Amino acid sequence: MAKFKLKVNGKNFDVDVDPSTPVLWVLRDHINLVGTKYGCGVGSCGACTIHLNGKALRSCQLPVAAVGVQEITTIEGLSEHGEHPVQKAWLEQDVAQCGYCQTGQIMTAAALLKTKPNPTDEEIDSYMSGNICRCGTYTRIRTAIKTAAKSTTK
Amino acid sequence: MEKSNNTQSRRSFLKVSSITGGGMMIGFSWLANLIPNEAIAGPAAAKEWVELTGFIKIFPDNRIVILSPNPEFGQNVMTSLPMLIAEELEVDWTKVTVEQGDYDTPRFKRQFTGGSQAMRTAWKPLRTAGATARFMLLQAAANEWNVPAAELTASNGVVSHKATNKTASYGALATAASKLTAPEKITLKKNGEFSLIGTPQKNVEGSKVVTGKSLFTMDYKQEGMLIAMAIRPTAFGMKLKSFDATEALKMPGIKDVFEIQVYKDGYVKAGFDTRTFNNLVVVVGNTTWEVMNARKKVNIQWEAFAPYKEFAGAGNNKREDTIPAGLESSDEHLKQMYAKQKIQGKILRKDGDPEAAFAKAKKVIEKTYSAPFLPHNTMEPISCFAHITDEKAFFVAPIQIPEMMKQSITMNLDIPAEKIEMKLARMGGGFGRRAYGHYIIEAGLISKKMKAPVKLIYTREDDMTNGVYRPSYMVTYKAAIDEKNNVTAIHVKGGGIPENAIHENRFPAGAFENYLAEGWDIPSNITIGAFRAPRSNFIASAEQSFLDELAEAIGKDPIDYRIELLKKAKANPVGKNNEYDADRYIGVLELVKEKSKWGDPKNKNAKRGVAAYFCHNSYAAHVLELTMKDGLPVVGNIVSALDCGVVVNPEGAKNMAEGAIVDGIGNVLFGGLRFEKGVPMQKNFNQYRMIRMKEAPKKIDIHFVQNNIDPTGLGEPPFPPIFAAFANALYKATGKRHYHQPFINDLNKS
Repeated sequence: MAKFKLKVNGKNFDVDVDPSTPVLWVLRDHINLVGTKYGCGVGSCGACTIHLNGKALRSCQLPVAAVGVQEITTIEGLSEHGEHPVQKAWLEQDVAQCGYCQTGQIMTAAALLKTKPNPTDEEIDSYMSGNICRCGTYTRIRTAIKTAAKSTTK
Repeated sequence: MEKSNNTQSRRSFLKVSSITGGGMMIGFSWLANLIPNEAIAGPAAAKEWVELTGFIKIFPDNRIVILSPNPEFGQNVMTSLPMLIAEELEVDWTKVTVEQGDYDTPRFKRQFTGGSQAMRTAWKPLRTAGATARFMLLQAAANEWNVPAAELTASNGVVSHKATNKTASYGALATAASKLTAPEKITLKKNGEFSLIGTPQKNVEGSKVVTGKSLFTMDYKQEGMLIAMAIRPTAFGMKLKSFDATEALKMPGIKDVFEIQVYKDGYVKAGFDTRTFNNLVVVVGNTTWEVMNARKKVNIQWEAFAPYKEFAGAGNNKREDTIPAGLESSDEHLKQMYAKQKIQGKILRKDGDPEAAFAKAKKVIEKTYSAPFLPHNTMEPISCFAHITDEKAFFVAPIQIPEMMKQSITMNLDIPAEKIEMKLARMGGGFGRRAYGHYIIEAGLISKKMKAPVKLIYTREDDMTNGVYRPSYMVTYKAAIDEKNNVTAIHVKGGGIPENAIHENRFPAGAFENYLAEGWDIPSNITIGAFRAPRSNFIASAEQSFLDELAEAIGKDPIDYRIELLKKAKANPVGKNNEYDADRYIGVLELVKEKSKWGDPKNKNAKRGVAAYFCHNSYAAHVLELTMKDGLPVVGNIVSALDCGVVVNPEGAKNMAEGAIVDGIGNVLFGGLRFEKGVPMQKNFNQYRMIRMKEAPKKIDIHFVQNNIDPTGLGEPPFPPIFAAFANALYKATGKRHYHQPFINDLNKS
């Protein structure tokens, strides 16, 4: 076990965990931020996507010891009351079915729009293909990303 | 007006919360401290409310809460079922809060998610509940104002008397209403008279989902909770021999390692008591990561099992199944299935004289189709929370069939039915997998042993490799064609491991004078269960591909040919028990033909395929277009026509149909779990290919047949025909027909 100081969603947290513990489980089991989901544990489904210093990353593949002073943002910290353009677009397009993968989808989409405010279909398809939606909401996700892009580049 | 017998209305009373500050969200209230959540802090904060009919809570300040009885797994019943109540209750939908009902089948009558039946079975009872509450509120006002109830109207949660200009809110009338006797019979609105039903409404949990507040079983937590994981045999055909936990127990955070037996010896299973493995080694500890690591340190010996018996059913349906021994492989399965195709199967239906027709045929077309086992791969792996104490057995469970869990819980956990309390958490997908609640028993046994609250978690590998799959299937279709190019007979013969997929009374049965259906089964120790549109999801892929090939062979347009056959089946049905309604079937074909501009497509470069199917009481037809890029298919636009009767919430209905389409394309192209010596060869999403964004269709246009038929269900019907629409388009694009799923295997070879 080892002590780590983490900055998550602008707040400081002290945790005492095994250094190999993935950030996913630190968030879920130790900090009670459960919006970041477990889907595969091997970095292949994207349900656990967080932002590390603003970049999208699979938290199941990130040992807590590797975080250091980098800032973590989870779905709970993407916006204060769900007013991030991507979250609003998700509601406008009524994207979710079961909803389990959607927080990861939203975190990936938000990171995409940060680097490419007006992505093409091909860019969306390529950037979002690390995130699985078993319910099959892909066409709505694509539309929602374009809706969010429009709302921010107006 | 439609009269409905009132069976839902004996539960109206004033309720006073025994917990300070509310507490209706007991299970998940720990999160309220952490995340501000208006939905949790809202109605739950009131100390007093009135319950009408068991489904409706009315608060003194006019807030309305509607309970959704069925478990939610993404089919959006948490929105659409309460809409039925709100329609008749006459309240402003935007001011209604929806809560998930707990496991309480005496109150809700039906708590079951499966078979595309939610809307069909709730259609009258839930509208009746809303109408009953409205009637009682009107009567309360009539009593107070001393006027006839017939002179009153209800709208947007307010009762008005036009003559005297009096109004009263539901909140003000609710207490008096709860003391009235519910009417024996109630009048419901006629189809076509609705104001809320039929309007697109957004998912009531949408804002929780996008902010990460959506609370799945995986997210549940309470003081003192332990994490548990099980270790199951590495192969089907194996069982636990012995284990040594010495090293695992030394690992940090580990509380105990022990064996559980899920179902008791001799237990007579109810319908959904399919287990994966029965004797498991369980590791319990403080946190998920610690348990995951300790699990690797348990030293386990497995051994092959001998054939054994399982018992199921009751009364005349009591049966004994023998589970075969052996380590099965997919290659061997395929050989066994081809061998079965060569011998006579069980005759399921015979019309006319198919043997004679085939003997006289000028040409015979014969094609064989196959498909592998499919894991459900719900995004949220299996999990369950249990806290068993002397006072009660408390569960938070992702379960599709709560109403059918009583026997399994009472008998395998020795818990009296009245002590069971179960929160029905939102499920991260189901697709049939969560109809099999063995994990509730597993979690219960672990909590009993630990005398502590426990959350049982399956890893993705556990979830994918531990059973309950869509069976593996094979079928051969054969058509006899005479010298005038008429199809004179159809022969369908097929089976599966361990059950066949033949629906002998479905189309094209009824359309051919000579028709023969045969089936066979091969027993297996690989466990199977319902998977979105069970059996239909395979047989439609084969049947609709074959009809496409047949239409081409006799020089007919594939849509026109289907319509021609259906018209024949309607005018002159062959045989008995034909299950489908030819008119509704023709309806979706004609609609998809029109909407897709079948004869004159917009995109001349893309190739198109069509398929249609009837299952679970509804009708679906799809036209799918695709192009080839670097030897692989790229799906473009899809046009769908669906007939499920009245569409309650077109927004959610379209989303679900789009999902079924994407799901089908993914499975026909990539889906398949292979076995070698009993071991599932794909264990996680880095080995098992799921459809992803880059393979998803460009656009999906869903069209509903407009009619006033009572809802007939939608979760499953759009799924089966998309497989063949894809297969038929792929043929048009490549000139090669594909018969063996998943198609990616053949595409990668060519």
